[in-house]
Amino acid sequence: MNRYISNTEEQRERMLKEIGFDSPDMLFKDIPEDIRLNRSLMLPGPLTEMELSCHMKRLAGKNIESGGYSCFLGAGAYDHYIPSVIAHILNRSEFYTSYTPYQPEISQGTLQAIFEFQTMICELTGMDVANASVYDGATAMAEAANMACKITRKEKVVVMRTVNPQYRKTLKAYAGFKGYEILEADYQEGTTNLSDLESLLSAETAAVIVQNPNFFGSLEEVAKIADLKAKYQVLLIICVDPVSLGLFKTPEEQGADIVVGEGQALGNPMSFGGPYLGFFAAKDKYLRQMPGRIVGQTVDRNGEPGFTLTMQTREQHIRREKAASNICSNQALNALAATVYLTLMGKQGLREAAYQSLQKAHYGYNKLIETDCFRPGFTKPFFKEFTVRSEIPLDRLNHDLLKEGIIGGYALEKDYPELKGFWLVAVTEKRTKGEIDELAEKVVEIR
Amino acid sequence: MNIPKDLKYTKDHEWIRKEEDLIYVGITEYAQNSMGDVVFIELPEVGDTVVKGDAFGVVESVKAVSDIYAPLSGTVKKINEKILDYPEKVNKDPYGSWMMAIESSDLSQWDILLDAEAYEKLCEEED
Amino acid sequence: MNRKLIFEKSIKGRKGYALPECDVPAQAIEDIIPKEYIRIEEPELPEVGEVDTVRHFTLLSGLNYGVDNGLYPLGSCTMKYNPKINEDVSRLDGFTGVHPDLPDSAVQGCLELLYKMDLFLSEITGMERISLQPAAGAHGELAGLMMMKAFHQYHGEGHRNKIIVPDSAHGTNPASAAMVGYEVIEVKTDSRGNVDLSELKKMMSGGIAGIMLTNPSTLGLFEENICEITDIIHKAGGLVYYDGANLNAIMGITRPGDMGFDIVHLNLHKTFSTPHGGGGPGSGPVGVKKDLVPFLPVPLIQYKDGQYIRDYDRPLSIGRVRSYFGNFSVIVKAYAYILTMGAEGLRHASETAVLNANYLMHKLKKNYELPYDRTCMHEFVLSGRHQKDIGITVLDIAKRMMDYGIHPPTVYFPLKVKEAMMFEPTETESLETIDEAAEILMRIAAEAEENPELLKEAPHRTPVARLDEVRAVREPVLKWHAKNKEK
Repeated sequence: MNRYISNTEEQRERMLKEIGFDSPDMLFKDIPEDIRLNRSLMLPGPLTEMELSCHMKRLAGKNIESGGYSCFLGAGAYDHYIPSVIAHILNRSEFYTSYTPYQPEISQGTLQAIFEFQTMICELTGMDVANASVYDGATAMAEAANMACKITRKEKVVVMRTVNPQYRKTLKAYAGFKGYEILEADYQEGTTNLSDLESLLSAETAAVIVQNPNFFGSLEEVAKIADLKAKYQVLLIICVDPVSLGLFKTPEEQGADIVVGEGQALGNPMSFGGPYLGFFAAKDKYLRQMPGRIVGQTVDRNGEPGFTLTMQTREQHIRREKAASNICSNQALNALAATVYLTLMGKQGLREAAYQSLQKAHYGYNKLIETDCFRPGFTKPFFKEFTVRSEIPLDRLNHDLLKEGIIGGYALEKDYPELKGFWLVAVTEKRTKGEIDELAEKVVEIR
Repeated sequence: MNIPKDLKYTKDHEWIRKEEDLIYVGITEYAQNSMGDVVFIELPEVGDTVVKGDAFGVVESVKAVSDIYAPLSGTVKKINEKILDYPEKVNKDPYGSWMMAIESSDLSQWDILLDAEAYEKLCEEED
Repeated sequence: MNRKLIFEKSIKGRKGYALPECDVPAQAIEDIIPKEYIRIEEPELPEVGEVDTVRHFTLLSGLNYGVDNGLYPLGSCTMKYNPKINEDVSRLDGFTGVHPDLPDSAVQGCLELLYKMDLFLSEITGMERISLQPAAGAHGELAGLMMMKAFHQYHGEGHRNKIIVPDSAHGTNPASAAMVGYEVIEVKTDSRGNVDLSELKKMMSGGIAGIMLTNPSTLGLFEENICEITDIIHKAGGLVYYDGANLNAIMGITRPGDMGFDIVHLNLHKTFSTPHGGGGPGSGPVGVKKDLVPFLPVPLIQYKDGQYIRDYDRPLSIGRVRSYFGNFSVIVKAYAYILTMGAEGLRHASETAVLNANYLMHKLKKNYELPYDRTCMHEFVLSGRHQKDIGITVLDIAKRMMDYGIHPPTVYFPLKVKEAMMFEPTETESLETIDEAAEILMRIAAEAEENPELLKEAPHRTPVARLDEVRAVREPVLKWHAKNKEK
């Protein structure tokens, strides 16, 4: 008997008898004989808890985890500080074992937390409305492009080549199968080449997508991109690093119509790529075209305030093939982590995390240049990530650093063949001066 | 159920009234009743052309969405701005809440609309 | 009840965090960042302490109801018990602390787990390969339909743009189909709850891309003509898609691959016991038969020369449906579940889930209408039509169940059953719990006749009473406004 199944053999027999069956096989009599499996599945196990625990620890032990290393790798997933409180809140099983809050009277905890999350995302981005999360930054971007095409009834979207390559790949899949076109605007010196961008724009363009800071860490000239909006009647979709918003101007002030981004950096571990959360915010007037769940405040029949899912007619369970998106399950628990993170860090803490990341990244950049092992990569202003050009082959550099307990940067050549030797280095508030100095020292030794 | 004798109806639960040269369209008591509280209405723009049988607008309650279909083909001459702001009017007074008025391009379509008696029968069947 | 928002608990200057002093020499911000990029107005994030934070969210958690609180018989959601050891192992540093862009050699544990999960799930479903990339069921559907379309295009049949879904399908099916530009055609189910075969045959034309089916269906019934259906679609050149929402009924008993399905998505957060998290994260692996393997998303995890690797060299792939490799921590939990259960355990789970459902159905059919009186699978659908006749809606019944401390079933779905209530007790509920639920529902049926107001005004014992959802739409309040603070 399995410990997750409570009924005893005697109880099972009693239940079968009650429904008038002689054997459990009768339960499956509607399944045609010729498609029955009639053999055991070939699977390992069963394992007891002790055996499982050992096995899982062995597997986990085969990975290099950032805890024992200094991590300078970013490129979309970041090693920011995660306060201990978050795991304790997420471990409360009333949160993690509940379903989507379709029955609001017994889901006020989840609903209020989402309402607070929506508020925080609006505060960070400056936008009017935010949803309860989508899968990740990449799908948030793809959904935003879908939405822009619906709103404008146009079928071309221009995305900057400085946008995260995985996001662009996701965007291309979503757009390609849906039937609209993605054009890519090239870059120059690490930020969007504005004349190339403008050459791609036309009256048929639905939206322009820019990431800021971009994949290279550089700050885009968003104001100049926004200046093109009126001329071509396009929507501006800005993808942001939420931590940067502790310090940087809101995308709303920069002219965004839709703001998306990856929320992993807000209290979620890197976890080999997921689960993370995509955040999604927009101007009020686009509320009805937004994908995903939205929580609203209302009152109960006694006039007391409470929360409920609202504007649900946008969603798949009601509008089916005409829904704004097919999304159903989202990343609620990760959004809760982000909410707890933003609560603890608060106004001052987020700013400080951003400030320290900025300072340490700039210190790191100077340190690496001083080693003479690198030439500057792109020289535009940057936030917590920057590029340098390495004399040392990057495979060897990263491999040797790893042996020294350092997780090195990202080789941009993987996604940009023209950027041979470009090393994308991330420095968060977690890195100490000692770790950065050590990185520089080890690089010199490796050379 | 209130089914005024002087109106025409469709099987999609719209009512139709001819007034001077215009055809006014709304949704019936039965329709608003099965929808529940109407919270949002989407209508075409004045000047749009509509084709008989095609959806020209949308009525939404909290948990349902229903297309509204053009009973006749024609050109939209007026829309009822008031119900866009106060969709609850459709619940309170469905036959007073016209949604759009069209100029029909093919009045022969008028004759195949249901009269009150036929419509009442249809509602009974659907129940 | 007067619950404050976290913003209303904010005290200027209070802190809930501590970061070490910035130990690098600081530069003036304006020297490194152009002025026009600098934020002037600060975001209105709360300023609260650690104790405030913990108490706030602990209070909120207490307003929720989860599987750990009691019975959660939501049909088609498979709210089974979420084993605690799975939570523990998913939180090992060696999983959570891993950066996804580390080289293959540094993440052999993660890759091995993903590779083995592909093998396990392929065996359970009868598929050739599985991608674990999709983040949820609907996301798996999207990836699956992209592959369907790519397959047809590759074979010069790009004109196939119609997809058939039954009238009992989940809303995600037509919504996902629309996202790949397919036209949705609805096929009716017959009086036994099976797809209407004669209608299906009439739909066959050169334009058919495929059909999406849930089996057992959302009516909780096994599609008896499944082999005929897959045959009809295949003969018309279409592909057959399996929505795995209801796989919990058939593990180790029959497999979608053996029924003739070409593409399958699973919901690890249903069948494989990972928690729903209040709406996510889920995980929606998508699997395919051999002919479709080249179209799977990249990367595919392979085992080569004693090493697990990420294979990106797949020219026919649909590309990506998200960043990285999936909701990894969720996959870890499902992997742990499969190892704990083993083959016999999974079969036993399905058998018990089906027995529990049939037993509860048997108990309730005296008090509520049973529109399809057949042996059900892991869930069944009742109709509250008789109660509706006396003015009690299914919503009233659902709300009244909360007063008795159990979660309501799925209501008003599937759409084709009027006043539908869909119950899925799952295998982890004991006979006593199910008996108690049956008694509660019988009592509610009696209350509906004797004291209808009790139901219409329910719930009475929850943190809030029934909420005004109409107002929530008519006068949307979707965030807290900082200016409220001044009042």
